[in-house]
Amino acid sequence: MARHTLSVLVENTPGVLARVAGLFARRAFNIHSLAVGPTEHETISRMTVVVDAEDLPLEQVTKQLNKLINVIKIVQLEPEASVQRELLMVKVRADDSSRTAVLQVVELFRAHVVDVVPDAVTIEAVGGDSKLKALLAALEPYGIKEIVQSGVVAISRGSRSLTDRAERSLRTA
Amino acid sequence: MTSTNERVLPSSVAARAAKPAPIRMTGAQAVVRSLEELGADSVFGLLGGAILPIYDALFDSQKVRHILVRHEQGAGHAAEGYASVSGRVGVAMVTSGPGATNLTTAIADAYMDSVPLVAITGQVNAPLIGTDAFQEADIVGATMPIVKHSFLIKDGAEIPERMAEAFHIASTGRPGPVLVDIAKSAQNQQIDFSWPPRMNLPGYRPITRPHSRQVREAARLLATASRPVLYVGGGAIRSGAAEVLRTLVDLSGAAVVTTLMARGAVPDSHPQHCGMPGMHGSVAAVAAMQRADLLIALGARFDDRVTGDLKTFAPGAVVVHADIDPAEISKNRRADVPIVGDLKQTIAELNVALSAAHEQYGKPDLGAWWRQLDELRSTYPLGWTDTEDGRMAPQHVIKRLGEIVGPDGVYVSGVGQHQMWAAQFIRYERPNAWLNSGGLGTMGYSIPAAMGAKVGAPDREVWSVDGDGSFQMTNQELATCVLNDIPIKVALINNSSLGMVRQWQTLFYDGRYSHTELETGYGSRNVPDFVKLADAYGAVGLRCESVKCVDETIAKAREIDDVPVVIDFVVSRDAMVWPMVPAGLSNDQIQYARGLTPDFSTDD
Repeated sequence: MARHTLSVLVENTPGVLARVAGLFARRAFNIHSLAVGPTEHETISRMTVVVDAEDLPLEQVTKQLNKLINVIKIVQLEPEASVQRELLMVKVRADDSSRTAVLQVVELFRAHVVDVVPDAVTIEAVGGDSKLKALLAALEPYGIKEIVQSGVVAISRGSRSLTDRAERSLRTA
Repeated sequence: MTSTNERVLPSSVAARAAKPAPIRMTGAQAVVRSLEELGADSVFGLLGGAILPIYDALFDSQKVRHILVRHEQGAGHAAEGYASVSGRVGVAMVTSGPGATNLTTAIADAYMDSVPLVAITGQVNAPLIGTDAFQEADIVGATMPIVKHSFLIKDGAEIPERMAEAFHIASTGRPGPVLVDIAKSAQNQQIDFSWPPRMNLPGYRPITRPHSRQVREAARLLATASRPVLYVGGGAIRSGAAEVLRTLVDLSGAAVVTTLMARGAVPDSHPQHCGMPGMHGSVAAVAAMQRADLLIALGARFDDRVTGDLKTFAPGAVVVHADIDPAEISKNRRADVPIVGDLKQTIAELNVALSAAHEQYGKPDLGAWWRQLDELRSTYPLGWTDTEDGRMAPQHVIKRLGEIVGPDGVYVSGVGQHQMWAAQFIRYERPNAWLNSGGLGTMGYSIPAAMGAKVGAPDREVWSVDGDGSFQMTNQELATCVLNDIPIKVALINNSSLGMVRQWQTLFYDGRYSHTELETGYGSRNVPDFVKLADAYGAVGLRCESVKCVDETIAKAREIDDVPVVIDFVVSRDAMVWPMVPAGLSNDQIQYARGLTPDFSTDD
């Protein structure tokens, strides 16, 4: 099944996340990840939803999402025409014997150490899916103690803004 | 937000009114005042602690008639009946917790059948929300999958705006239920009321104008098809499209089928009308769709009860799908020509485009098509054979009722066999004369919906055609009818069982009648005695057990117009609904009667 990234602009009102998440669940669409946060307009929030779906079901997802009253706009972001990132924090076993090797991996992947204790380091990395997977594979031999990962956030390349026109429709509504 | 829809919408009523200075009042008074401004003349409800302030304000209203029901589900279905018969927004109002959860069945029903319904529920005081307070239920959360939209109001100042938005959303685009949950503290709050409020719905823009190129393409197809079928769904009723649809039917010469939700959208007497399609549709209607080379779906949604097995449904047809809801297009069957828009407007434009297409391509010769369909119609007419137990055929009762009362009556059914017979054997000549629970299949719909229909159309003769199973779910509303002078009439098709389920047990479970006997009919313990029950409610109860008394009993019921009448028609429990496409099978396997499948695969 193909993976698709949807940017969904929604009204910043209570319950909107529940409406979107509930819709995916009851229409049996599979969410891979979902990230939500504020935008440059205080009345609008933005969700980035990554779904696994064939083209026809994807069209249904989009149409059903559009039916939600609080959903203002949906855009599918193509991987080539957008920047897609997720945040990973990983706690790795690292004592005096292995710390140097672990730090080399951190450097190779342009990740950062955000916390150090005598027997472990916590590493933060930002990137696309494949980079983060590779980082984890490289750290695996030293002993991964804990992983936390955000959903994907994505933005289109170029100068056009997704929220501009949505904001105008908000004003004229 | 504007709408090009021509129906009189609450929002346009709001927009016309001049805006006076704000008035200080409570949130509760603002709810009542909003209802008045929005033209809600009737509200069905049942109060409790969390909605007491609104009921206190309602006590003073001269414009809103409140009808106190006996169960919240009744309020919901009554509001649906009111809305379905009148095309206006129905309003149900109940308290928090169990009051609200009791309403959910009706909300789900309105969602499935696209009924404009506004449900107002009381909620516990805002600071108590989330504490499992007495009679607290997260009804916004619970109803999320079954509403078009919902609001939780914690700040009373929002009330006018939310009420206007609720009515607007419920009645425009694809109609549906909107829930307005109002915390008791918001009802008691002092607010500044001004009307009309400014609606703020940036994400709600129903598409009403169809795409003209798509309409022209549909017209071209219709002008050049040799086996065209107009597949008319409930959207034709909801959009008020009957008149323009009639023109399309006449102009195109195409075969027409009307779904369960669309009975009456095209008169049954029209020569091109082939009947109802689907699981219990006529052979001609089902066969017409299976053999069509062009299917024009008008406000229909390719429900599984219509298509049967999707893979083998209408295999040779090019599909034009016109609907107000973009999500319905290509949901089940891929549309070759999608048209999103208000159906009335779409059909009106299609009529113009079709005339032009006829000039360009000439009128199609549909002679061969009609010879096939006419042969099917004459070979396989709707009918029934009497059962071996010698008891009265339920079909006879329903057919006679339709013939005696006529097309001006309103017929409201419950769910089950009687519903199918009422869809088959009553002839509908106008829209909004046939009300039923099509999508959700809610037993218990009939009595409260008939009550609401009578309130919405007081000059019409409103008949509930109910089953003994359905009737026992909501008959407490007879008390409401009696006490509020709502004289509905009930033709109770009493086969002493959950008849449709029993039919499936007969056909698919070797006649193992597991728990379908209700003991209300002949040879049973007669619990309850429906005539005594009607009498206990202050209604008139009549009983008819043989074909001989059908006409006279109906006549007797029609003479009574000051109280509700219940006729207990004691009928055979062995009667079955035919034709039938067994669930999940191809429509090609339609059975005209048990074990009799027409062979229409070879000729052509």
